Amino acid sequence: MSTATTTKSTKDMADLVLEAPRAEDLAALLVSKDRPPRPSALSASFTFGWRAMLKIKHVPEQLFDVTAFPIMMVLMYTYLFGGALAGSVSAYIQFLLPGILTMSVVMITMYTGVAVNTDITKGVFDRFRTLPIWRPAPMVGYLLGDVVRYFIASVVMLGVGMIIGYRPHGGPLGVVLGIALLMVFSFAFSWIWTMFGLLLRTEKSVMGVSMMVIFPLTFLSNVFVDPKTMPGWLQAFVNNSPVTHVATAVRELMVGNWPTADIAWSLGWAGLLVLVFGSVTMRLYNRK
Amino acid sequence: MSTDLAIETTGLVKVFGENRAVDGVDLSVPAGMVYGLLGPNGAGKTTTVRMLATLLRPDGGQARVFGKDVRKDADAVRSRVSLTGQYASVDEDLTGAENLVLLGRLLGHSKPAARERAAQLLDAFGLSEAAEKQVKNYSGGMRRRIDIAASILNTPDLLFLDEPTTGLDPRSRNQVWDIVRAVVAQGTTVLLTTQYLDEADQLASRIAVIDHGKVIAEGTKGELKASVGSGAVHLRLRDPGRRPEAERVLAAALGADVLLDPDPVALTARVNGHGTEQGAAEQAARALAELARSGITVDNFALGQPSLDEVFLALTDKNDKNDKNDKKGTAV
Repeated sequence: MSTATTTKSTKDMADLVLEAPRAEDLAALLVSKDRPPRPSALSASFTFGWRAMLKIKHVPEQLFDVTAFPIMMVLMYTYLFGGALAGSVSAYIQFLLPGILTMSVVMITMYTGVAVNTDITKGVFDRFRTLPIWRPAPMVGYLLGDVVRYFIASVVMLGVGMIIGYRPHGGPLGVVLGIALLMVFSFAFSWIWTMFGLLLRTEKSVMGVSMMVIFPLTFLSNVFVDPKTMPGWLQAFVNNSPVTHVATAVRELMVGNWPTADIAWSLGWAGLLVLVFGSVTMRLYNRK
Repeated sequence: MSTDLAIETTGLVKVFGENRAVDGVDLSVPAGMVYGLLGPNGAGKTTTVRMLATLLRPDGGQARVFGKDVRKDADAVRSRVSLTGQYASVDEDLTGAENLVLLGRLLGHSKPAARERAAQLLDAFGLSEAAEKQVKNYSGGMRRRIDIAASILNTPDLLFLDEPTTGLDPRSRNQVWDIVRAVVAQGTTVLLTTQYLDEADQLASRIAVIDHGKVIAEGTKGELKASVGSGAVHLRLRDPGRRPEAERVLAAALGADVLLDPDPVALTARVNGHGTEQGAAEQAARALAELARSGITVDNFALGQPSLDEVFLALTDKNDKNDKNDKKGTAV
């Protein structure tokens, strides 16, 4: 379908009779030398976020990974493990959904690295980097756009979960708080991928490194099972993994509890990730 | 530091691994003119521009734009320059209008102001009909225009144009030239890089010829032409047997070396013409008259500008000779 659209618009373009540029009009536009004050850091970041939205509008295929993939994750793991681990699918989904939600969204963050890696090589980044704006704005905007993608994924998964029997006892407030926490953490976590996106040369290597990080980090957590049956050394890792803290916090919030410690750990990890990987990203960005 | 200079570099160096891409470039670009940076692929033109536009950090030397150091005062430089890179420096996934509104917002315009400016620019550049189409579907000429439009959203004090007409058809090329003239007429300084001598000739007031990361010649168009000769005359004779004689006559009339082409009836001679095209035409006419007087029939005749190859050959030739003279000097 998309090829048909491209062919059509190329044809339109050929039919278009191109007007010559008008030097007088141009001169009139150039006369004004006054420049508005530079935009604030926030405004520049949101403008780049708007760019990300426009890209979704023009290339809607990129929403595939935040719709089809999460649906697959929910269905696959619920029916695969449900009977064995919790006796029934409907019992397991109560435990699994907040966790698989956390896991899938954290997994989706890795597409950020690939997107940055391909985008940064394009000429438009040269222009962005010669603008007198807050330096991290293009990256922050990028991630703001990605948060929208993460949000879509969360809503899709929650919808599928509710269809097959998940009931969040925390009500709308618990669900909103849970998703909000997940969005904050995913935004922070994405800075790891912007760093790799700038550091590594090819899309393939970004993908490879992302897999190596993301699989152990998300699977070695309390998303699927209670860590009590794991060997001690693994428990030590799992209990302190940021993914475990986020998954627990989201699970508890959606049930209607207030897991202070896990929320604090999740936000603490988020702050640390931005501090470390955000500053490395900006160093790389400024040097590229 | 004089503020009348838009660009001032001394001993600018950029090294990529083993390759000294820019190897001690000195430039003084007066404000308010088109300054041409002429050189073949890989000469270091783009690297120089990228350093001046704050995209690359110089490895050595100084570079100032309107008196501001490109390293220490990068933000001050950024607020006064615009770059139109060699490859489209707009977002190909977005439409022309979206690109301009996006950049307008990033330059601090309010949404309505950014939209208005975008519409005016699209109109002035003859792109109104393509405003709502994605840039990836634009033709080469349209891309160049949207790219330049994006560079003048705020009228910049200095505009970098990196090979703006490479790959364009002649009509689009002329349109880009008209745009550049309009921009410079409003007081913007333009640093233009190009591989084409005629482009530099059409647009630039001063030209620096750059090769292997070094400036090998600099001056006004007239000065450069005088140093390499204004052009070359290409002749085809009816009788190949008369070529040696024709060669002598031409050498005497033009006071320059005559090249014998592989084709046995063709020869080429450099015409000095005291640095002007008119002078070159007069000299060529005299040489033709001399040939006619000697009874040599000329079937075909053309007077051309020196090609970039010829300029380079002439300039590098001269450099080599200077080197030899220097060495001789130190030996004695």
